[in-house]
Amino acid sequence: MTLVDRTARAAAVATRRPPARPPATRDSLLSYGLISGYAVLTLAFGLLPALYAVYLAFTDATGGFAGLANFTKAVGDFRFWPAVSHVALYLIIWLVALVLLVTVLAVIVHAIRVRWLSRTLRFVFYLPGALAGASSVLLWLFVLDPTASPVGGLLRLFGFDSFVQVILPGNLPVIFAVIAFWTGAGGWIVIMYGALNNISAEVIEAARVDGANAVQIAWRIQLPMLRKWIAYMSMMSLAAGTQLFVEPQLLSQASNAVVPNDYSLNQLAYQYAFQQNDFNTAAAISLLLLVVALALSAVFVTRGGLFERE
Amino acid sequence: MTSARTGSATAHRRGVSGWSARTIIAVMVVVFVLFFAVPIVWLLLATTKSARALSVGNPFAVGSAGDLSTNWSQLFGFQDGAVTTWMTNSASYALGALVITLVVSIPAGYALALTRFRFRRLLLVLTLIVMLIPNTALVLPIFLELNAVGLIGSPLSVILPMSFFPFGVYLTYIYFSTSIPRDLLAAARIDGCREIQVFTRIALPLAAPIVALVAFFSFVQNWNNFFLPFVMLPSSDGYPVQVGLTSLLASTPAFNPSSAGGQSVQLPTLALATVVSVLPVLIVFLVSQRFLVAGMTAGGTKE
Repeated sequence: MTLVDRTARAAAVATRRPPARPPATRDSLLSYGLISGYAVLTLAFGLLPALYAVYLAFTDATGGFAGLANFTKAVGDFRFWPAVSHVALYLIIWLVALVLLVTVLAVIVHAIRVRWLSRTLRFVFYLPGALAGASSVLLWLFVLDPTASPVGGLLRLFGFDSFVQVILPGNLPVIFAVIAFWTGAGGWIVIMYGALNNISAEVIEAARVDGANAVQIAWRIQLPMLRKWIAYMSMMSLAAGTQLFVEPQLLSQASNAVVPNDYSLNQLAYQYAFQQNDFNTAAAISLLLLVVALALSAVFVTRGGLFERE
Repeated sequence: MTSARTGSATAHRRGVSGWSARTIIAVMVVVFVLFFAVPIVWLLLATTKSARALSVGNPFAVGSAGDLSTNWSQLFGFQDGAVTTWMTNSASYALGALVITLVVSIPAGYALALTRFRFRRLLLVLTLIVMLIPNTALVLPIFLELNAVGLIGSPLSVILPMSFFPFGVYLTYIYFSTSIPRDLLAAARIDGCREIQVFTRIALPLAAPIVALVAFFSFVQNWNNFFLPFVMLPSSDGYPVQVGLTSLLASTPAFNPSSAGGQSVQLPTLALATVVSVLPVLIVFLVSQRFLVAGMTAGGTKE
């Protein structure tokens, strides 16, 4: 999913109003007619695949009940824990950068009173969101290749003379975090900016009268009011980040397997399904990832009250 | 209210005080503008250069129209016009899924918002949960399912899963439950409209803004989707352009030295491929920028 779309979802849900009560008309055939197409798709591509993955994860290749065998096999795989640690490291770097920089940039853009400047900045930050998936990774391959890069001098300054040196395994979490930040941060900055607009002018004015300076206002008033948005951004980014796939997959291809093709968990599941023809273990890994995503999403939906207006 | 606003505007003007603070902020803004903008500007310039100019020349020099057209013909000559096939595939998958999404989501959003039926609440909660899951999470399970029914490799294996777009249904639901006056619908009923006519004659004509919004998000997401087609479509003839980029990348000696050969791709050509692959989305973005940013923050501003 594109990050633009993801951030828009965030905004839509976080600002959701209490569900409207439908008018008291009878159950009608019409309702079922209108909803039927969507209901079929929900079954076919929401519920059924999830249930089928559960079935596969708990059975063996012949269809017999396998208990937790597929899970222990996946977790016992020598590639599993390295993949977990790769993804975890990437997530930590990305989330910290996201929380710090998005907040600071949103506060700065909000403080700029020159309208066209503020609007242009938001647009510049937001535009990379149009490049998602493979395209943005490809773009960053260029930027990271010292022979072609627009910032080749900068790369050499840090001692990176060749593409292979840049993509050494130790650097990858940072690289993936930079790519993810580049494509996704702008959408969140726009949303945080909207949230900052929401803080009543009287509150800020009162603080100013009491002698608060800009930093104190940001720290004491704006930041606490942004907290729920920051929490939401972190949760959604965490869920999306565990799915890491395109970036290492393309880098692996581009680097002639200097970057392994089982760097992330999703890649490992993919390897099981397509290289080893072991759908059961692939399903087990997908299911683990799905449970993480479902848990984060469910927490958010059920604690939606957190986001209703006071 | 007006006076409070003006007051706060003046207050903001003297908001950030002191030269040092201003300088730090200015530097930070400049750094991030460069960070976000330089790669895009550079990429656009790179498409107008020869491979040699790209590696030895000034990175921000403008190339020539001649080199651009050389790169263009190299790109579209790759594997006998594979790029054209991929672009066509992308367009047909994205638009096919878009049409199904609209046909299915708009009535569903209406039914969820303005009618009553069993399982309404269940469907709403499911919609919310699924739309918050990263959609890559369901790709392998959907692959396993479609593999069991033998659909792998068919265009339907990407079009159908992409048409399932809970976010679109949710947006439509919010729109119909907040923006359509109930009295209007009640009046139509009193005037003798049947239920189906209330939907087709009253609600649908009012739904234009939400149709545009859902169409935008659906199109962008479908066009950029990588993991789903990557898994579902094994043959190059069926690739959308996002997946096709991996073939181009594999044929670029600068990144993959083993690929040097008759079909090798030069760096500027790969840069052009990157631009071409996002061009439709970029155009949609630029055209709808204002309405989009407004749409994204609509919830975040006070009514």
